[in-house]
Amino acid sequence: MNYEPVIGLEVHAQLATNTKIFCGCSPEFGGEPNTHVCPVCLGLPGALPVLNQQVVEMAIRIALAVGCTIQPRSRFLRKNYFYPDLPKGYQVSQFQSNEEMPLATGGGIEVPTANGDMKTITLTRIHMEEDAGKSIHEESFVASGESLVDVNRCGVPLIEIVSEPDISTSEEAFHYITRLHQMLVYTGVSEGDMEKGHMRIDANVSIRPVGTTELGTKVEVKNVNSFRNCQRAIDIEIERQIALLETGGTIQQATMLYDPDRNQLRPMRTKEDSDDYRYFPDPDLVPVVVDDAWVDRVREQVPELPEAKKKRFAESFDISPEQIEELTASRERAEYFEATIEAGAEAKPAANWIQNNEIKIPAEALADLLGLMKEGTISSNIARKVFDEMADTGESAQAIVEKQGLVQISDTSELDGIVDEIIANSPSEVERYQGGDKKLVGFFMGQIMKATKGQANPQMVNQILREKLG
Amino acid sequence: MAGDSIFPAQTAQQLSTKVQSGECTARQLTGKVLAHIRATDNSINAYITVDEEGACQQADLIDKKIASGQSVGPLAGIPIGIKDVLCTKGLRTTCASKILDNFIPPYDATVITRLRNADAIILGKLNMDEFAMGSSNENSSFGTVKNPHDHTRVAGGSSGGSAAAVASEEAFMTLGSDTGGSIRQPASFCGTVGLKPTYGRVSRYGLIAYASSLDQVGPLTRNVEDAALLLNVIAGHDPSDSTSANEPVPNYTADLDKGVEGLTIGIPKEYFADGLEDDVRQAVMAGIASLEKNGAKIREISIPTAGHAAYTIAAYYIIATAEASSNLSRFDGVKYGFRAEASNLTEMYTQSRSQGFGAEVKRRIMLGTYALSAGYYDAYYRKAQQVRTLIKQDFDNAFSSCDLLASPVSPTPAFKIGEKTDDPLQMYLSDIYTVSVNLAGIPGISVPCGKSSEGLPIGLQLLGNTFSEHTLLQAAHVIEREHAS
Repeated sequence: MNYEPVIGLEVHAQLATNTKIFCGCSPEFGGEPNTHVCPVCLGLPGALPVLNQQVVEMAIRIALAVGCTIQPRSRFLRKNYFYPDLPKGYQVSQFQSNEEMPLATGGGIEVPTANGDMKTITLTRIHMEEDAGKSIHEESFVASGESLVDVNRCGVPLIEIVSEPDISTSEEAFHYITRLHQMLVYTGVSEGDMEKGHMRIDANVSIRPVGTTELGTKVEVKNVNSFRNCQRAIDIEIERQIALLETGGTIQQATMLYDPDRNQLRPMRTKEDSDDYRYFPDPDLVPVVVDDAWVDRVREQVPELPEAKKKRFAESFDISPEQIEELTASRERAEYFEATIEAGAEAKPAANWIQNNEIKIPAEALADLLGLMKEGTISSNIARKVFDEMADTGESAQAIVEKQGLVQISDTSELDGIVDEIIANSPSEVERYQGGDKKLVGFFMGQIMKATKGQANPQMVNQILREKLG
Repeated sequence: MAGDSIFPAQTAQQLSTKVQSGECTARQLTGKVLAHIRATDNSINAYITVDEEGACQQADLIDKKIASGQSVGPLAGIPIGIKDVLCTKGLRTTCASKILDNFIPPYDATVITRLRNADAIILGKLNMDEFAMGSSNENSSFGTVKNPHDHTRVAGGSSGGSAAAVASEEAFMTLGSDTGGSIRQPASFCGTVGLKPTYGRVSRYGLIAYASSLDQVGPLTRNVEDAALLLNVIAGHDPSDSTSANEPVPNYTADLDKGVEGLTIGIPKEYFADGLEDDVRQAVMAGIASLEKNGAKIREISIPTAGHAAYTIAAYYIIATAEASSNLSRFDGVKYGFRAEASNLTEMYTQSRSQGFGAEVKRRIMLGTYALSAGYYDAYYRKAQQVRTLIKQDFDNAFSSCDLLASPVSPTPAFKIGEKTDDPLQMYLSDIYTVSVNLAGIPGISVPCGKSSEGLPIGLQLLGNTFSEHTLLQAAHVIEREHAS
């Protein structure tokens, strides 16, 4: 029997807002435990939530970027359960049912399939919710039998992005996550720092006989917090399910926890006793009303997205598709590239440079540096040194080159003299070179560079060496 | 008040004037009240926490301000008691529950901040039914509150301490909270004025929540003018409360003697049916007659859903307990309050809550949890919300032909302590005239209008459309004037 996997992904993304979702506390990662708190996010008796508008705006922004429909009216609901890192004993979230609409529905993310075609993974919804705190069980500073709770994270704004079970392979899942991450960072909605837990991924995995449409029992896989781990964990689960069915077993609904150190899955101890969260509309909050005018305003905030940018770059710049792909992978890079062009640089050298170097100097400064290279004033080796100096001191390329006398030596007679000297000082190498060991050109180059502190024009030196040595 | 008053004035404005003019100091006044509390409260049990030191400090500060010629607020020097359901920074706040026995809030409720800004003196925290769940103040882990008019009878609930303290002069005025009648009913039982404002009129920030969509903070006072003054201070939009209304606050003390000439007062016939004790019926009818005498038109109306106890009591006890079951989840022994000894997490939760909560609270949490649970949500919670809409519609209809409505507050005057504690449902039925008001979100006031044959106070309830507190107070003022004479 051949089985095909059916995968749906639920991603929780942390929004890059200035404050938490219902209070003015900082949503910053880290910090001394229990210091980014106030009566509201602590869930003290009598405290009440006030919705941070920026949360709604960012949620709308990413929803528009991935083609969702924004619901004109949605509510917050309480998801009730007991756990120490949930101070109020309920989490404020949104729901989707016959009566309840989340903030956004529909939309999709395109991923490449195994044969190279593009396929759309449909989204079920995007909704807003608050994060819970952190429970710390096994650390050196925790006494045995005890746990510690840090509520800094309580109230940090999240969006949950749920996909339909349209994903057919773990590789597609990888692409989906990568694309979603890119969209979130591109739109400025999330910083997308995986180490800070800005994106948490849960995969729902089931299998069914190839060609059938009925869904199998799904198993939830949690704690896959890197893109590759997501792919690996899904693979393991698919294998496990296939093996189970082939040996005559049945798939039980379960939650599995991925262990990245051992690349293993193990069943998770559930937090809550029952799955009945007793959802009901939160009476402390008013419905979220989003009119067309607001949607239009947010639409203006949506930047040029990767696909559109790639197309435009292909039409506007003479650089390779691979370079376009790399440059547009991050909005920061793409905008830096364009700014460098804007400041007068040529596309190909700019692309080459930016591909291989971090962004450490302003775009205009890089354009200057590239200009010096184009003129032949400095070689690419020297340019690298100048670049580091520019990053450290903030000085201009011209100033540094002048101050340090780094102008490339392109004067034929001067170079002639230097080459002659090196040749005169290295008779045995000359003999070996002329005897057939052509690799020694490297040795001569090295000597010449040493003598000129790297400033000799390499192309010209090469030319002169060949002339003189044969 | 009959007999010797410990206060040198009848109204808050008069009293504050005396303090501001130097006729008496805030400290003297405060000292007097505190002494009276010490002498009286053993037999009333209105207070859970008396803050002698804090109150004297506040009084000294006010006196200093006055002496140095600084302007002071409208409640300068007025000694006020606060129902122990409102957070007071640095002052123990228990909700009359063992589970919060040692809870000291790190912040003030918004209404408390407003009181402080008005230079009121906060005397302490008043007894109540635990977590505001009750109609007699017999559900307190700090003991029952006695009715000052008859110590063998209840003060009413859940703001029993607030009402009793005003009646026994253990405070000049108090703040209570009303979710299903908890200001109006004890006010009626103790012979004070009690006002539940329109939902959203007063901030709930810092009010420890019972039922979020029904709770409101309101004044209990010796007279109507004082209720208006206190409402002036606490009313108004609060950015910290998403459910607080953006309505401007009029000056409620202005034009209090405007009268009721030309107003139409509706009498809901469903509220005058069986179950209403004769004494109460008589006193309420007399109150209505005095409104007529003063130029109001009286008209019988029908509020079929809002007047039907089976619908209103059921809807109330489903919605209120559902919201409460969620609001009270935070009391889990983890961060604050009572934590029982336990060997694992589940045990910690179940033991802390079983031991920390009283019987009525546990009853309502279970009811509410049931009403929200999978498979029952539609039949109970959702249905109750639909009935709620019908109740609101009844009042909307009523106010299309009437300016105000008049009714009893409670079917009986204050009952004996222990009389209804065996049957919770019996206790719930004493709310029949009050719960629909919270469900509809409209304001209601209880004003003394007579006494029973045993000399127990009886209140008349006036209801108005949303944000009509000014009219309510003006009409209540007529009743007060007529009743006094």
